[in-house]
Amino acid sequence: MKITLKIWRQKDSNSKGAFKTYVAEHVSPDMSFLEMLDVLNNDLIRKGEESIAFDHDCREGICGMCSLYINGHPHGPLQTTTCQLHMRSFKDGETITIEPWRAKAFPVVKDLVVDRSAFDRIQQSGGYVSVNTGGVPDANEIPIPKKIADEAFDAATCIGCGACVAACKNASAMLFVSAKVSQFALLPQGKPERKERVEKMVAQMDAEGFGACTNTGACEAECPKGISITNIARMNREYFSAITTSYEVAVKGGD
Amino acid sequence: MNWFTTLFTSTLGRKLLMALTGLFLILFLLVHLIGNLQLLNDDGGKSFNLYAEFMSKNPLIQIVSKGNFFFILLHITVSLFLSIKNRNSRGSERYAVTSGNNSPWASRNMGVLGTLVLVFLVIHLKDFWAAMHFTEMPKAIYDGVEYRDIYSVVALWFAKGWYVGLYVFCMLAVGFHLWHGFASAFQTLGLNHQKYNPIIVFVGRTFAVVVPALFAWIPLNMFFF
Repeated sequence: MKITLKIWRQKDSNSKGAFKTYVAEHVSPDMSFLEMLDVLNNDLIRKGEESIAFDHDCREGICGMCSLYINGHPHGPLQTTTCQLHMRSFKDGETITIEPWRAKAFPVVKDLVVDRSAFDRIQQSGGYVSVNTGGVPDANEIPIPKKIADEAFDAATCIGCGACVAACKNASAMLFVSAKVSQFALLPQGKPERKERVEKMVAQMDAEGFGACTNTGACEAECPKGISITNIARMNREYFSAITTSYEVAVKGGD
Repeated sequence: MNWFTTLFTSTLGRKLLMALTGLFLILFLLVHLIGNLQLLNDDGGKSFNLYAEFMSKNPLIQIVSKGNFFFILLHITVSLFLSIKNRNSRGSERYAVTSGNNSPWASRNMGVLGTLVLVFLVIHLKDFWAAMHFTEMPKAIYDGVEYRDIYSVVALWFAKGWYVGLYVFCMLAVGFHLWHGFASAFQTLGLNHQKYNPIIVFVGRTFAVVVPALFAWIPLNMFFF
């Protein structure tokens, strides 16, 4: 396969970036998208040019490290992570445009790499549960209905890649935050911090500069883990009930 | 910051305002439609004029009407705040390639549709509401009592083809705005349940088609028949 690539190149967060066109001549349809970029980078290094920076880690679709906005879709045309996307999803001779995630809260570090630590700060603000020290509790001590456990698990499969933010026309992080709120709100283990959690996480989300939700559903359509926007409704419910009934807590965002 | 300010300066709280005012305006549309349908009664405008008189005299209606204006302004103001925040959230650089096939068209264009509705609203208020409140109206006499003949004002406007066309076009915008807005308001309020979601979506879409269609049918009917 011959593929033309229009790739966003940007020296660092302070420089202005621009697209640069590359041609990948011998692309195998069995290559993953990242392998195709690896080969391109090898060629660039051999030619003495600077390689293209992009995020990746496990390459098994579970770490949430890879990103890339490919032809107008986060993680490309399939509902999967970029590392699990293969070149057979593209046509021979096709031009592929690769951009970094675009969000004020995700500044570009270099080329296609963005800083997603805003997600970490949201998690740190409330995305945890209290675990008491002491003896190991029995695994099935607290009965939880199977459907609730499954729903919580589905929310917990969010890998925090940020595709929802990238896909949203408002660069909203609601799908991510709502998944993290839901996974605990549904379970008894999450009850002690239930109200405080949603208030703090929403405050941090707003402080990071993510947009609001227009309920377009684009996030759900692009999420590689198929997180449902039902979680956003749940987060709204949790938030409105928490803020109107909770005890006083510091809810302002910031470090 | 106290919880009240925190709530209504948060993105979720502002969306809550959008949803609540939106749902109120949906109710208003329904009431307004029932009134407007009086235009189709073949009685020379008597039932419509009596209805208009009732609406402009009843003290309860007057209070709701003030509330209605306030909610329209609130809906617009909050949407501006949200739109500006949403635009800024993307950052300085925008995508070179975007795809629309991951979300419905109306959901991505609520701002444009809302602006069209606003333009319509200004024209609509000027031609009917302001005409009725601030200008000398023709009179009609029923059973010896004098009423303002708003029917003849409406009939005059709806005799103009271009005006009817504009009206129908704007009802399309209202329809698309409702197509997304109705169910979206419930999602924002957190009223989401697999047992009720299909009902909400069905009622919302039926409302979005039937109500604007009936609104548009009135001028079309008066123009052609």
